[in-house]
Amino acid sequence: MIAEAGHFALILGLVIALVQGTFPLFGASRSNYGLMALATSSAHAQFFAVLVSFLCLMYSFIISDFSVVNVALNSHTLKPLIYKISGVWGSHEGSMLLWVTILALFGIAVAIFGNNLPETLKARVLAIQGLIGGAFIGFILLTSNPFNRLDPAPAQGNGLNPILQDPGLAFHPPFLYLGYVGFSVAFSFAVAALIEGRVDPPWARWVRPWTLAAWCSLTIGIALGSWWAYYELGWGGWWFWDPVENASFIPWLLGTALLHSAIVVEKRDALKSWTIFLAILTFSSALLGTFLVRSGILTSVHAFATDPERGIFILLLFVLITGGSLFLYAMRGPVLKGGGLFSPISREGALVLNNLLLTTGAAVVLLGTLYPLLLDAIGGGKVSVGAPFFNATFVPLMVPVLLCCTIAAMMTWKRADLLGILQRLRFVALTALIVTLVVLWLQGTKAILSAMALGVAAWLIIGSAVELSERIGLFKVSLMESLKRAFGMPRAAWGMSIAHSALGIFVIGVTASSAWKIEMIQLMKPGEIILVEDYKITFLGTSQIKGPNYSGIQGQFEVNMGGDVITMLKPEKRRYEAERSETTEAAIFTTLKGDLYGVLGEASGKEAWSTRFYFNPLVSWIWAGAIFMAIGGLISLTDRRLRVGAPKLASKPISNAAK
Amino acid sequence: MGPKSRRLSFILMVLVPLGISVALVLAALKDNIVYFYSPTELLVKKPPMGQRLRVGGLVKRGSYLLEDDGITSRFVITDKKNEVTAIHKGVLPDLFREGQGVVGEGHFNTNGIFEADKVLAKHDENYMPPEVAEALRKNGVWKGSEKP
Repeated sequence: MIAEAGHFALILGLVIALVQGTFPLFGASRSNYGLMALATSSAHAQFFAVLVSFLCLMYSFIISDFSVVNVALNSHTLKPLIYKISGVWGSHEGSMLLWVTILALFGIAVAIFGNNLPETLKARVLAIQGLIGGAFIGFILLTSNPFNRLDPAPAQGNGLNPILQDPGLAFHPPFLYLGYVGFSVAFSFAVAALIEGRVDPPWARWVRPWTLAAWCSLTIGIALGSWWAYYELGWGGWWFWDPVENASFIPWLLGTALLHSAIVVEKRDALKSWTIFLAILTFSSALLGTFLVRSGILTSVHAFATDPERGIFILLLFVLITGGSLFLYAMRGPVLKGGGLFSPISREGALVLNNLLLTTGAAVVLLGTLYPLLLDAIGGGKVSVGAPFFNATFVPLMVPVLLCCTIAAMMTWKRADLLGILQRLRFVALTALIVTLVVLWLQGTKAILSAMALGVAAWLIIGSAVELSERIGLFKVSLMESLKRAFGMPRAAWGMSIAHSALGIFVIGVTASSAWKIEMIQLMKPGEIILVEDYKITFLGTSQIKGPNYSGIQGQFEVNMGGDVITMLKPEKRRYEAERSETTEAAIFTTLKGDLYGVLGEASGKEAWSTRFYFNPLVSWIWAGAIFMAIGGLISLTDRRLRVGAPKLASKPISNAAK
Repeated sequence: MGPKSRRLSFILMVLVPLGISVALVLAALKDNIVYFYSPTELLVKKPPMGQRLRVGGLVKRGSYLLEDDGITSRFVITDKKNEVTAIHKGVLPDLFREGQGVVGEGHFNTNGIFEADKVLAKHDENYMPPEVAEALRKNGVWKGSEKP
């Protein structure tokens, strides 16, 4: 019964979404306020319908109702509750339902928080959201209905792929989808603005919080995913330039560019057309990501549920949404002229450069991801494009982004004094140079690239600190006055400083963990000792273990440092009976200095085991950097400016502004 | 700065990064991509010695053995027509099994043995890497439908 209720609620959601996507649009063009008001109420109704549907599926998973195909294929009675719940989005059908639920959530959020929006803009934004929602609910109902019944119902389910039974991965998809789908709001605002032919600073102020929220979620989602890959796949790596990873990284890069270009629209009323274009591209890349992951056309280390037929359907939706919006852009884009002039050396100029490099970077990642497909399509053979390609193309593009980051933060609008800024930064540059030289001196000239990367990190972190202290007049005015200024500083400025220095922390983690990683593979018998970095590791032996839905073998390794036992590493090899598959669970001892990472391999002869140990220096800084970036974004999101509604009169029709 | 030189400097600002990235991409596509071969294609196309490549097929039944050092594994990759002997130093992925699909990445040493420093077996036990499925289908070995 519950499954049927869920199915019915989803159909209801489709009908409401179609109402939401059509009548308000019509109403907005006819100035019919009754029809426009329909947008808000239908956004509420659509969310509740889809939410009920989602909860029904979750309920079927929790009570292990195996008469539902999706539950039977992806769940098992012995699974812990949290993985029964996360199993809801472990499959294609469920994850698409999560996708539309989050979309409807953003719809209702715009309806609630968008009270200060002009009536027509709000109606149009919600209508576009409704159309996207309708398309995707239709997709679910036609090709991937999660509520299909199975008769007769099996007594037990197939279980969930064991490597997905993990806390990191339980929360990775919801955050990723909050990011992907969150960009739909920026997209809807962009399309609505194209329909209205009007983009102005208030528009940018309305779009910004949604973009920021989506960007923060995507940052956390990607970080969770890479953290999961790091500890679960047992290779000690955290990023593989895998198609599925790239699919989430491209929207992140474009979203980052969008965040920055929207600032220019807001403050200087310039770059409008570009910002609209970027908003369309960002959401399109999120759709493309969904398509790439779900269609299975790319070989990936994490190609989960895939089906070519559905892939074609998603591709169709992608072409329709992206093609349609780009067509609209081509028709209406030229109207969006005007805005303030600025010299190339100015904050606007720096943000243009940032946008250029980030979008080029995104294009390069996209090319590397799709190249194997393109080459295969023209019969050029099967290739794989991996880390070497991206290191040679993407990384050099990001170096100027990082270098300009510090300078741009100090630039003034319209026209900036580059020499003056460099003078103010000479202390920072000197420190960065010293860091580079010290690393070279310690590590030798082979480490030249790593040394430079650490120099760049110092430039970012210290540069942000100097910018912040100049802003609050540290040491120039009294400490009390500085504190007062610090509290009075706009939250967005705090957010920027935190996010930019977080980028530096991230760079340090990436550099150190890849340049000075130690890897040791050996055969060990109980009692044998190996030395990894400063750690003395003694193999004590193995024992049998039994978990709720798996059994396995656990290795015991005692870790000594300076004569004291500091921890025990217990890597496992698990066998999940229900799913008939095995997983390797790495044991990780994390410190700020680095991670000691142990993996139990195969048994060889009597008692001897192959083992693998890594020391990954500063690797946790990678995720710390990502989290601080997201925190920076969240702080910026609380900026007062974004909550105070702009007076409606401030927005003029484009024809006047262009004069 | 007049409007003309301003426009020029913006155009340069756009063209220079674009030019640099196109150059980077072209250089990288020449050197940094890895071709996939089935054992039969290896015989036909004869890639140059020492080149980095991927070899995929099925792990031949009964071919897997662990060498005396306890960490080097040796196995045969087959497409049921031709085969290649591969070695891998380290721990094989959990889903590595005899009779199942596998893709190794590495190079051939002077003895004609494929030294794979990366071995990919898939997370899902029903899953066959698309390249492997197609290579097997070409040889008429793979009887599965479009969807492996």
